[in-house]
This record gives sequence, C-alpha cells and structure tokens, in this order.
Amino acid sequence: MPEVSPREAYGKTLVELGKQNPDIVVLDADLSQSTMTKFFAREFPDRFFDCGIAEQNMVSIAAGLAASGKIPFASTFAVFVPGRNFDQIRMSIAYSRLNVKLVVTHGGVSVGEDGVSHQSIEDLSLICSLPGFTVIVPADAIETAQAVRAAAATEGPFYIRLCRPKMPLLYKEDYRFKLGKAVTMRQGKDATIIALGIMVSPALEAADSLKQKGINCRVLNMSTLKPIDEAAIVKAAGETGAIVTAEDHLQHGGLGSEVAQVVATHHPVPMEFVAVKDTYAKSGSTSELLKRYGLTAEDIEQAVQKAIKKKG
Amino acid sequence: MSLSEMGKSLSKASAKKECAEASSSAVARAEPLSEKEMAAIAKRMRRHIITMTGKAGSGHPGGSLSAVEIVATLYFKVLRHKPQDPCWAGRDRFILSKGHAAPVLYATLAECGYLPVDELTTLRELNSRLQGHTDRLSCPGVEMSAGALGQGLSFAIGVALAGRLNSQDYRVYALLGDGECDEGQIWEAAMAAAHFKLDNLTAIVDNNGQQIDGWNRDVMNLEPFADKWRAFGWHVIEADGHHFTQLMAAFDQAKRVKGQPAVIIAHTIKGKGVSFMENNPDFHGKAPNAEQVEIALKELE
Repeated sequence: MPEVSPREAYGKTLVELGKQNPDIVVLDADLSQSTMTKFFAREFPDRFFDCGIAEQNMVSIAAGLAASGKIPFASTFAVFVPGRNFDQIRMSIAYSRLNVKLVVTHGGVSVGEDGVSHQSIEDLSLICSLPGFTVIVPADAIETAQAVRAAAATEGPFYIRLCRPKMPLLYKEDYRFKLGKAVTMRQGKDATIIALGIMVSPALEAADSLKQKGINCRVLNMSTLKPIDEAAIVKAAGETGAIVTAEDHLQHGGLGSEVAQVVATHHPVPMEFVAVKDTYAKSGSTSELLKRYGLTAEDIEQAVQKAIKKKG
Repeated sequence: MSLSEMGKSLSKASAKKECAEASSSAVARAEPLSEKEMAAIAKRMRRHIITMTGKAGSGHPGGSLSAVEIVATLYFKVLRHKPQDPCWAGRDRFILSKGHAAPVLYATLAECGYLPVDELTTLRELNSRLQGHTDRLSCPGVEMSAGALGQGLSFAIGVALAGRLNSQDYRVYALLGDGECDEGQIWEAAMAAAHFKLDNLTAIVDNNGQQIDGWNRDVMNLEPFADKWRAFGWHVIEADGHHFTQLMAAFDQAKRVKGQPAVIIAHTIKGKGVSFMENNPDFHGKAPNAEQVEIALKELE
C-alpha cells in the first residue's frame, strides 16, 4: 500500500477550500511548516494568521473570527491543543458553540523521537469531555481530506487529530466519509476490532492474521470518535460478542472509554483495550515506540484472543 | 431625546434584513446626551447593579460599579448600535472581557432597550438570560461568553480581523480589568494586536487598582502599566474613568489613531458611588445584604 502524509492532505485540502470559500481563514502557532498550513499561507496570505507561539491567543482569536462569520481552521500540534489552551477552547469555542475547526497534527506516541513533551496521549480525553465538539481521527490521507471538507461544511466546533507519520492508503478516491458513521472494513462474527487513526491499519493486519487461524474478526474504523456511532457498536456487540478497541492514546478517556460506555449501557460483552497504559512513553522511532507501548498488529491479535476467551 | 424615542427612531427594517446588510453606512444617532443626562443614566445603572446583585445574593458589584461611566459612555455616546437589532452586521462590537462585571453590562443593555429593566432582578436565577457571567447565546447584545479572565482581548482581535477582511468599518472595543492583566494571554494578545496593526480595536482597562486579594501592587504588581502597553506597540491614553468628558475625549483620540491599536487606561475606583464599597476589595465578589442594599440605594438617590 502506498504511504501518504495525512498532514499534506490537510494542507492541500485547505487550499482547495480556500479557493471555494472566501470565508475560510487559517491560523497557526509557528508550526505551519509541520502542520502544512504553509500551503494555504502561500496561496492566501491575507487570510492566514500566524499567531506565533501563543496557542491560547490563537484559539480565542479563532473564536472571534467565527463569531464574525468566518470559518477558522486553527492548527498546531495535538499536545498543545487542547493541552495548552483547554479553558480557552472550553469557554470561547465549546460553551460559545462557535464554528471553529481545530485541526491538530502529531497526535500520539507515533510522533517518535521528540519524546514525551510532543507526544499527545491525553488530547482525545480532554476534547471529548467538552459538550458539543465533533471529534474525528482519520485513518488515512483520503479520509483526512474528506473529514476536513466535512468540518468546513458543517456548523459547529470540530477537532480533527492527525498523526505525524505517513499512513498507508486504506481508501480509494471514491471513498465517501460519512460524519458519525463507522466504516466496516472487514466483516466477521467472532469478535470486533474498533480502531481509529494510525491503528486502523494494524487492526486490519491483525484481522487478516487471525483469519488464517480460523478467527473471523469484524473491523470498524471509528473515525468519528464523537458523536460515536452507537448503532454500529451495539450491532457489533450483539453479532460478534467481543470487542477490542485500538488507539494511539491513553486507555483513559479515549476510544476505549467511549466504546465501553456504549457497550456497558446497551449490550455488555467482554472487551479488551489496546492503548497506552497509564504511563508516558520515551524518545524512539515510531515503530519502536508502537512496539514498546503495545500498539502493534500483534498486540491487537492477542487482545482479540483474550476477549474471545472471556466470552466463555 | 429620551431613550424610548431613540429606540423608535431606529430603523424599522426586519432584523434579518439588517443582519444581512454588510452595511458601512453610519446610523443616525440621537441628539448627544448632556453631561447631566449621562450622570442620571450612570446613577440608574448603579442602582440596577446594587438591586440585582442584592436580589441575587451573589455577584460582583465592585468591578461593575467602577466601570459604569466607561460602559455608559460607550453605549450612549460612542458605539454605533441598534438595540432592536442586536445582531446588526454594521454594529460596533463591545466585548466585556472582565465577564464578572456582567451586572454593569446587563444594566446598560436594559437602559438602552435590549432587555426589559424588570428582567435585571432575574440575575443568576435558573433559566434567566442573565447568567452569573456573560453568555453570548442567552442574552441579546452580549458578544462573548466570558468569566474566565484573559480571553476577551484575543477574541476582540478575531472580530477586528474579520472586520478588516470584510472591509467593514465597525470598531471593536474590549473592556479589561486591571487585575485581569495578570493573565499571560492578555500580553499574547497585546503583542498580536500591534503586530496585526489593528487600529479598529480599542482596549479599555478599568484600572481600579484592586483585585480579589487586595491592591494590585500587593498581589501582583502591574507597574509600569502604561509603559508595558507602549512597549507592546500600543497607543496609550489615560483618563479619569468616571469623567464623561475625559472618556469621550479618550475615545475620540483612540478613533484617530492609525496603524496601531489604542488602549485607554481608565483610572477608576472599585465600588464607585457606594461609600462602604469604594476601594473595598471585599465587594469584588460579594453582594450587598438587604441592609447594605438599602443604604447603598439611599446614597444613590
């Protein structure tokens, strides 16, 4: 599978959106080279605002722009938004129900060598706690582009979390992202793997490997984390009887927690969680870190077997 | 001209139509109010603040009373606005960054006709449009949901940038507390507003010298305050924040500044107008009790 940078897909989509809609404006906090908002800055310098290294100021400015009819996209690393400006996002965007799009990059331990200060493993927990936010974690560059378009076209606060590494292309150009709908990537009846972002690809690998061992796994890409597709989860629980979630994020407060709430409420079944366990990571290469912190296809495979065992 | 006449003289076009206008045309304002009429409005606003916080049993009278003349001057002399059409696209924007001073804004909005005066005593009640700190979604005329300090100047920058992008000539006014300037975000915003050369933005600091824990100089020294703003690239104007003529002159001067934002440091007295509240930080976030309400209202007769 060819690997494509989701950040580049974001940057290029912004330019297309900018051409179509003069109300699209973009803000960055001195990371436009990394978030790829640089493409928009080059094309539309009057509608691009580099706020310097001041993330609190950036999102409050974005809120003021949105209150005045603009559609602001504000970008920096996931570790800084919402880590650095949670109160500003809470008051000026979420509580105010303003049409601000926070598109953050470098989510998760997959950031790699920069280490803990730059590895955002709490952001989904924080942002999902805010009423009214739509939260999307795309699984490849094609889904990224479409999620960004959906955010631009849909009124309200959005958080889109991208990762630093290139990702294998899982979709073709004719793919149609549907907000709030899980995508069934593999059908199966023995267990369901629910993954998002960079973990969808290893989830598929795990399912393929398990199939050879006679275990048929359903795989759901839960790219819209909030509002989560409850129907797909309940159906998976009912039809497969075991669920494993997989995310490049702390186990606490992310995909696993969201799915577990739905499962516990509507159809309790055994669950396992592939996620970072209540710890910080280290510097290292992306693949080393994913391995060290239990975020590989192999880890997912073992979790599925464990969950199936608990079915009894 | 009375306020109700002022309201009637405003355009009767539908709110929707007016909101859709990207109007740059100035709205004919009523005859300028005399100093005496302004003083009467200020007194009524102070009475509202005492009555509403007294009835609510909580709230922030001190920093509301200190800002009365500033907010009254803006709404009755400076701002281009239509109380019957709060979302009119051509309006000047007033952003209350020190959101705890919500009572002074509600009092002004009521005096202008955005809200019935009777509604003021619903402050802080369940289902009231008058939330403890301002909520842009519930109260007409409120531009920003505030209460967590330090965010309003940044928000105002966004509103000012949008005006520039849209070639709209509205002006943006943000009222900050001096204690609020402890927040680092204020200085992020100060830097950015100067960087973006926002001469359609005016900040006003209600410089009453006090914050919850006491005098600013003892809690967290802000001085040299005016020099800080100058160093950040702002045009600084100082004025007596309880003196209408000085405030008007300051706003006129701020409008004429080109290529940089202006800040009016308005020197005020916390709790102004009520003897036992003046310069008393206890009334920052404490409402007067029934007896204190009675005394205060007598002083404001």
